Amino acid sequence: MKTLKVFGSLIKDAFLEVTHGSRAYHIWMGVLTLIMLFGMYNYSIQLEQGLSATGMTDRVSWGLYISNFTFLVGVAAAAVMLVLPAYVLKNIDFKQAVLIGEGLAVSALLMCLAFVVADMGGPARLWHMIPGIGVFNFPNSMLAWDVIVLNGYLFINITIPLYILIMRYQGKTPNPKIYIPGVFLSVFWAVAIHMVTAFLYQGLQARPFWNNALLGPRFLASAFAAGPALIIIVLAIIRKFTAFKIADETIKKISMIVTVAAQINLIMLISELFKEFYAPTHHSISAVYLFFGLEGKTALLPWIWTSISLNVMATIALTFHKIRNNLNILYVLCGMLFIAIWIEKGFGLIVPGFIPGPWGKISEYTPSFVEISVTLGIWAMGAFIFTILAKTGIAVEMGQLVYKKK
Amino acid sequence: MSETNKKWYSLNLNRSKKSESCGCGSNSGGCNSDKPKDGFDQIMDISMSRRTAFTKITAGLLIGAGAVSSSCSIIGSDESKEKSAMEWEEYFKGNYKLMTDEEKDKSINRLVRSYELNHGKKINISSKNAEENVLFGYAFNISKCQGYMDCVNACVEENNQDRTSEMQYIRIHEMKDGKGFNFEEADDNYYHEVPADGHFYMGTQCFHCDNPPCVEVCPVQATWKEKDGIVVIDYDWCIGCRYCMAACPYDGRRFNWKTPEVPEEEVNKNQHYLGNRLRKKGVMEKCTFCIQRSREGKNPACVEACPTGSRTFGNLLDPNSTIRWILDNKKVFRLKEDLGTEPKFWYYMD
Repeated sequence: MKTLKVFGSLIKDAFLEVTHGSRAYHIWMGVLTLIMLFGMYNYSIQLEQGLSATGMTDRVSWGLYISNFTFLVGVAAAAVMLVLPAYVLKNIDFKQAVLIGEGLAVSALLMCLAFVVADMGGPARLWHMIPGIGVFNFPNSMLAWDVIVLNGYLFINITIPLYILIMRYQGKTPNPKIYIPGVFLSVFWAVAIHMVTAFLYQGLQARPFWNNALLGPRFLASAFAAGPALIIIVLAIIRKFTAFKIADETIKKISMIVTVAAQINLIMLISELFKEFYAPTHHSISAVYLFFGLEGKTALLPWIWTSISLNVMATIALTFHKIRNNLNILYVLCGMLFIAIWIEKGFGLIVPGFIPGPWGKISEYTPSFVEISVTLGIWAMGAFIFTILAKTGIAVEMGQLVYKKK
Repeated sequence: MSETNKKWYSLNLNRSKKSESCGCGSNSGGCNSDKPKDGFDQIMDISMSRRTAFTKITAGLLIGAGAVSSSCSIIGSDESKEKSAMEWEEYFKGNYKLMTDEEKDKSINRLVRSYELNHGKKINISSKNAEENVLFGYAFNISKCQGYMDCVNACVEENNQDRTSEMQYIRIHEMKDGKGFNFEEADDNYYHEVPADGHFYMGTQCFHCDNPPCVEVCPVQATWKEKDGIVVIDYDWCIGCRYCMAACPYDGRRFNWKTPEVPEEEVNKNQHYLGNRLRKKGVMEKCTFCIQRSREGKNPACVEACPTGSRTFGNLLDPNSTIRWILDNKKVFRLKEDLGTEPKFWYYMD
């Protein structure tokens, strides 16, 4: 009962906190709201017309939505990789980053779920998936696994920070015996959401481009590059706009994680390219389409080569301590890496899986205006949620938000 | 079907043998109703009753709200009340393969009645189950096909496919002589006089695999293999995630990207719940071997329409059937056999 009261008070205080801020903050939230409303309007068009409002067809039946979903699963998973050193290895440096990381994980997961719902032909019938009242094809369907791991991960990542925040809010120290097991669980779970999402594609014998044993490990590597890269950028912004102290040391440690992951990712990329192009088989044809185009159809070429060059440049630059330790350059490199992996793990992975089709038909995919708007709307929603979570979290951490006993 | 009485050659791909031929894992619908219940079924039974409870509560609330609004409205007629009540019940109905016969009848009555209310015409929807000792298979004679596409047209008309997006279950690939079965260079969307010189023709559609990857991946079991080997979709249970489409190596599945439109006078009113009844937007559909015809002992529309006799359909378990004669006497092959999907669709040449 008392916890409930504290929780209610926290919500009330948090509401006051997030509705007050500087002019820049209000403009930021206002712009996000506008983009979200625009996305919702376009989603209503999609609901009305059906998925024909998107650029997807029977030939390329997954597009921008599933691409972004795949990428964001990685972001969500990587955020928690910062948790382990912070809570378990007693590395104080990371502690501030962790709260931000978990906030990022929650918003990324909510975006994932939103993208999946946006991709559904019958979102109203989604209750068919709820175990108990619907039919859940577990364990056969990897999508069923994915629903379980994503929701479980969301639950873990909401409860742990919430517990810590509620304790801090009351001026108490969180009990490690309560949250450390949860932290361990969430780290294993982070790997699981990634592998399961990779298995979703990897398990399809119909699509040789995905049916590749390296897909899962490569998902992990690219996620642990892109996720912490995003965290570094976010931390830089928070440092600039709030009084929240984040040591240079923290950012440098995270940049180390980014570097190693990006290097591993590059090695795996080389391994994949070698396999596809040294001894090309019929199954390499999707890779040929992706990197060189087929029969004059080259829609993905500019994207994938942008991605590869950004990826290679950023990884090489990060490898040098001198360059990496210059924070301003580091932010740019992180941005480059983030965009590179967004392209590569997004439509650079999903779209070529469908091209050429099972009978060799090459028909390309271009997202429609509605689709792009909905996608932007969901990204804005993620940024909006993250801002709320981060602002509340920071206020509690800094002792500005304290529970007052009445 | 067990390994011992298998009627075709298959690769040994270390597939674990399944004791039950039906991939649906359930004992109702098209499957054996007298096999003992396993844990899965028991769980499913419980969930059905939970679902029923959920349905009753929610539907009760919503119909209550609907009744209030329609009784307060002046224009609300009895018909519209009946319609909205039926819509709610349809929305909350269960997965077809888990329905009891009574539930199936009720749902079909609602579908027939709502078509009558909307269009003033009666339709006939069957829920006929698979018959014992029937396993459907299909054979395609590449030497005979001339690419007339009569099968495609017959299929569209028979199965009430969307006319505006020109959805077609069958694709006829026009291949160049001397290139072998080169699907990459084939044209599956030709508009010229056939047979074109120097070309031969080959049709593909859903192959009703014995080990269908599409069925495995569906997160809600909205698609399954019936006991007679037909892979079907429950259009009202499908959530439209299109995972099955990604999993199908044969391009056998189609999605309703928009509300399908069939002119009222062209609607085939002889329908089956799992077959050609009218679909809605946002659900999958595909060839069902014309389940509304084949379960009545007739040939699918494509077989009947083919002017060249290149299509043969029949019961693989009947030793006197034409399809068995073809499998026993012709050099038959299947497409992408190395994927272990075991299509029940064979090609052969004279």
